[in-house]
Parts: sequence; structure tokens; C-alpha cells
Amino acid sequence: MKDLGRLMGKVEAPPEPAKLRAEGLTLGYDDTTVIERLAVEVPPGRITSVVGPNGCGKSTLLRALARLMRPRGGSVYLDGKEIFSLPTREVARRLGILPQSPEAPEGLTVRELAAQGRYPHQSWLSQWSASDERAVEEALRKTVMLGLADRPLDTLSGGQRQRAWISMALAQETETLLLDEPTTFLDMAHQLEVLQLLGRLNSEEGRTVVMVLHDLNNAARYSHHMIALHGGGVYAAGTPEEVVTPELLRDVFHVEADIVADPRTGLPLCVPYGLRRHPSGGEEG
Amino acid sequence: MRRRAVLRRGGLSLPLDLRAAAVVAGLLGASLVGIVLHVGVGEYPISPPDVVRALLGLSTGDENYYFIVNVLRLPRALVAFLVGAALALSGAILQGLTRNPLAAPEIVGINAGAGLAAVTLIVALPSVPAALIPPAAFVGAVAVAATLYLLAWRGESSPIRLILIGVGIGAVATALTTIMITYGEIEQVSQALVWLTGSVYGRSWEELWPLLPWLALFGSLALLRARHLNALTLGDEVAAGLGVGVERERGLLLLCSVALAAAAVATAGTVGFVGLMAPHIARRLVGPSHGGLLPAAAASGGMLVVAADLVGRVAFSPLEMPCGIITSAVGAPFFIYLLYRSADAK
Ligand SMILES: Nc1ncnc2c1ncn2[C@@H]1O[C@H](COP(=O)(O)OP(=O)(O)O)[C@@H](O)[C@H]1O
Ligand SMILES: [Mg+2]
Repeated sequence: MKDLGRLMGKVEAPPEPAKLRAEGLTLGYDDTTVIERLAVEVPPGRITSVVGPNGCGKSTLLRALARLMRPRGGSVYLDGKEIFSLPTREVARRLGILPQSPEAPEGLTVRELAAQGRYPHQSWLSQWSASDERAVEEALRKTVMLGLADRPLDTLSGGQRQRAWISMALAQETETLLLDEPTTFLDMAHQLEVLQLLGRLNSEEGRTVVMVLHDLNNAARYSHHMIALHGGGVYAAGTPEEVVTPELLRDVFHVEADIVADPRTGLPLCVPYGLRRHPSGGEEG
Repeated sequence: MRRRAVLRRGGLSLPLDLRAAAVVAGLLGASLVGIVLHVGVGEYPISPPDVVRALLGLSTGDENYYFIVNVLRLPRALVAFLVGAALALSGAILQGLTRNPLAAPEIVGINAGAGLAAVTLIVALPSVPAALIPPAAFVGAVAVAATLYLLAWRGESSPIRLILIGVGIGAVATALTTIMITYGEIEQVSQALVWLTGSVYGRSWEELWPLLPWLALFGSLALLRARHLNALTLGDEVAAGLGVGVERERGLLLLCSVALAAAAVATAGTVGFVGLMAPHIARRLVGPSHGGLLPAAAASGGMLVVAADLVGRVAFSPLEMPCGIITSAVGAPFFIYLLYRSADAK
């Protein structure tokens, strides 16, 4: 199927995973600066988690990486090209983004939502091609939503709804997926379900995944690479072992914690035991 | 469950929502029945079969029928249908763009702005030709839409906020209209008054023709952009992530919505609540996808105004009630119901 598509010149996505990085990135809203001169690199073909306390600019960074906002300084590069120099459509075929708690109009069915993911592949004359249909079915199958495909979103549970949104992002067939808090508001089982799904998409299809996560233990367990944001910049970036440290918890999350090795995986597990003891008692950025 | 067929040939592929097609056909059929009944009633009643015969140019028992049906009465019924369709399309687009089920051109003041501009023209420059009223109404509607956009649309403003600001702008426009009327010449004022209540009374082919190009142009432009509107209803961020040129598409669609409302108001005054109700009816019938929703809303809106005008002519005979009063009598409680439901959900 894929080879046939390529012969017909239908597959535009490059076979290599795209490299996404930012340099000297400064981001802000109105008169506030949220992120200043930040440099990050997203390892291609891997899962990256962005962590940090509320309001530290995780969503803002993700938006900038997905070209949803213009940086005040610096640039985001997709395969070495300044992302704003690329056509919108091309970016949308290579980068998919799922914002934090998106909302669908009343009555929209799962299949209709997933079909929206085909937008960047469609044109006025080609609004529902065979490859559109195939991509939507695939996406619904991978997210285990085929059985619920004709249900309106407003009749689903939180976990099912999140999977429906992920199926939209999958139908977009981008090699990179950016997800903002895909597990927030889900119970533990549904969180794992979503994380395992993202894990499979990465291991079986080699997709690059960047996600914002709140749970450090989940982040350590389900990602290869972690980026911790603090004070408008990167506090630490690297493997979970390198990033999840007592210092990170103290400086970034303001809690005292023990870091132990997960008996099953050997990955770092954090066990908070108290709030940071602050000599001055004051808050910092 | 929505069944659809797909036309595929070479690089061309167009989906057809079968259910929406059936619904639109049904609504158009009902409108046609409404139009036939509408044309039949009056001081000189004509039976439906005779109306159909006269419409088709076949011979009827009375040679006056052809003239009465085709020249005197048909344009009024058609104007009612087209005005309803234009208002409904305008409302459906606006509800999609704002992701707000309460939005409608009559509620957020767009109709009042169009009305103010048109009344100003009628009262201040009575000698201008009727063809200039639509562009004037358009200017008024655009002014309101622009104000609304600046005051209430930026950021994630709440549905109620948009509605409240819209209602406020509408009230100002209505007050200014009242001033125009108070200081105008009696002759123009009475003309403006009938028109302001939302009426298709006495509309002839002369009023129908200027309406058509607006409807055809902006209606088809909106239909062609249904795909983009669908993406926009998922929110700005999702839409931008899908590759939609958000500002551009929103601008174009808003232009369509405003132009359609303005054309309707320029022709029949402010026929209340059609732009609010018809999209809700259509959404119930065909779901939220705009490829099917826009045509279904247009057909529902047309049917509503034809029915309202028919009721207005028959129910209070020999008095005649403007169709705008009938639609408002039904629409206002519906609006309150929606408000109530939306306040409940928050
Ligand atoms: N659309 C916006 N307009 C103005 N300020 C914003 C906007 N979005 C976020 N902010 C501000 O930017 C900062 C970072 O926000 P965000 O990136 O959403 O943080 P996080 O996702 O890490 O919780 C916060 O202080 C927030 O108030
Ligand atoms: Mg966030």
C-alpha cells in the first residue's frame, strides 16, 4: 500500500524521522516572557517528555515547536529549516499536535473527528480519497476505537475521548506527534493505556513523540528522553536517570523526594516526602 | 451513524453525505409545498393544483391565475424562502466559527447594524434605488461584526460574553435606528417601519433579483469552505495544527456570514431568530459536519420563513402579521431555552 502510494507520488512524508530543535527560543504573551533563550533538541524516533511545574511554559514550548506561535526571538528548525519558512500544509503533514484538553462540537462522532486529521492531505478536489479512508480506519484500529467509531464524543468516557483525539492525530500520519498532557484527567488504567499506545506507535512505527506529562514516574518509565523546564529555560535534559534527581525535585518542583530504582525496570522512581525547606521562605520564579 | 457515498475518479474524490442529502431534499420538498400553499392564499384564493398549473405555465380555469401566481404572489414566497435561507446560513457559519450555539446574526447585533445602515439610507436619501440598500446594509453589518470581533472575540472569551456584548451593540444600533425614524419624513418612516419588523409584504421580482447574486456568491463560497469550517470548530489550536490558515479562513467565513445576513436584512428587514433556530434544527437532523449542515440549515431556514409568512397571512385573517413577528414569537422562547441550557452546562 505504502509503496504503491510512493510510486504514484502520493506519499510526501520523508522516510527519515524529522529532526526538531529550537535555538535561542524566546516566547511570551503580551507583556510577559515565559521562555527565554531556550535551546532544545528532540531526538528523532524517540519519546521525549517535557516536565515542569504548572505555568512554567510547557504548553507554550510545545506550541512553538508545532509552529502555533511565533517566537519573539530564536527559531524552531524542522530538518534544519526554519519552521516558519515551510508551507503550513507541509508542516501539518509532518508534525501533529494535540493541545491540552481540546473540545469537539456537540454531536461530532469519533470517526468524524478522526477524519479531520486528514485535512492537510486533502484539497478541494480530493476530499475523501482511498488513502484518507485507509488512514482513518488504521488510526481507529490502533486506538481501539473502531467499535465506538459512530458514537458522538460527548457520550464517551474521558479515556475514550482522549483516544478519539489521538486517533485524529494518528490519521494525520505525521512522523512526529506532539501531545500536551495526554493523560491529565484520566484514571491510572486509562493513563497507562494512552502511554502504552504512544509507546507502541514509537516502537513499532518509529514515530517521534513529544509529550507534556505531569507524572514524573510515568515520564521516566515511558520516555527515552526528558526535558525539565524551570525559570524560562531548560533545567536538565537527558535520559530519565540523568534528569530525575533529588535536586530536580527540590529546585523545580519544590518538594523533597527520595529517588529509588524501580524494582521492575531499574528506572528512577520518585517518592516525595515533604515540601522543600526554604530558608528564606520566599518563592522564586 | 452517517452513511456516505464517495465519488472517486482519478485524483478527484468527493464525499456525499447520503443522510444529509435526503434531509435537504425533504426540507426543500416541504418548502415547495409551503410555497404552493402560500401562493394560493389571499383575497383571491387559488387551489393548490391550480397554483402548480399556473407555476408550470399550463392552462387553468381562469386566465388571471397566471398573472396572480407568477407576477404578484410568487416573488413574495420566494423572497421569504431566500431570506430564511440566507439568515440560516449566516447563523450556521457564525455558530461554527464562534463554537457557540447561541450565536446568530440577529442576536449578536449584526442584523441591527444592517438595519441601521439601511434605514439611514431610506430615511436620509429617499431617492436611492433599491439595489443600493444591500450594500449599505452590508456596511452596517460589517461595522458591527468588526466591533464585536475587537471587543469579544480575542482570547478564549466565554459564549455568554460574546452574546452579551453582541446584544449591547445591537441595542445601540436599534436606538440609533429609532432616532433616524423619529427625525425622518413621515412617508419614508412608515416605509422603514414596515420593513423593520421583518416582513416580506409586497416583495416583488424587483426585490428578489438584487438578493440572488449575494446569496449565490456568498452561499457557495461558504459551502466551498465547509471543510475549513469543520476544522475551525475544533478550536484554533487544533485547526492551526492541522494546517488551516486560521485567520484567513475565519475572515472569509465571517465575511460570508455577515454578507448573507446583510442581504437578508436589506430585503426583508430583521426577521428575528431564524439564524438561531434553523442551524439547530439542521444539526439535529444531519449532525455537526458543515458539508451537510450548511445546506440543511439553508433549507430549514427557508422553510421556516415560508411557513411563518403563511401563518402570518392565514391565522389572523383579514389582518396580516409580518413573518418577523411569527418567527420571533417562536424563536425568543427557544433562545431562552438555549441560554438556560448553556448556563446549566457551565
Ligand atoms: N494565551 C495566553 N495568553 C497569555 N498568557 C498565557 C497564555 N497561555 C499561557 N500563558 C501564561 O504563560 C505561562 C506559561 O503557560 P503554559 O505554557 O500554559 O504553562 P504550562 O503548560 O507549563 O502549565 C503562564 O504563566 C500562563 O499564565
Ligand atoms: Mg500546559
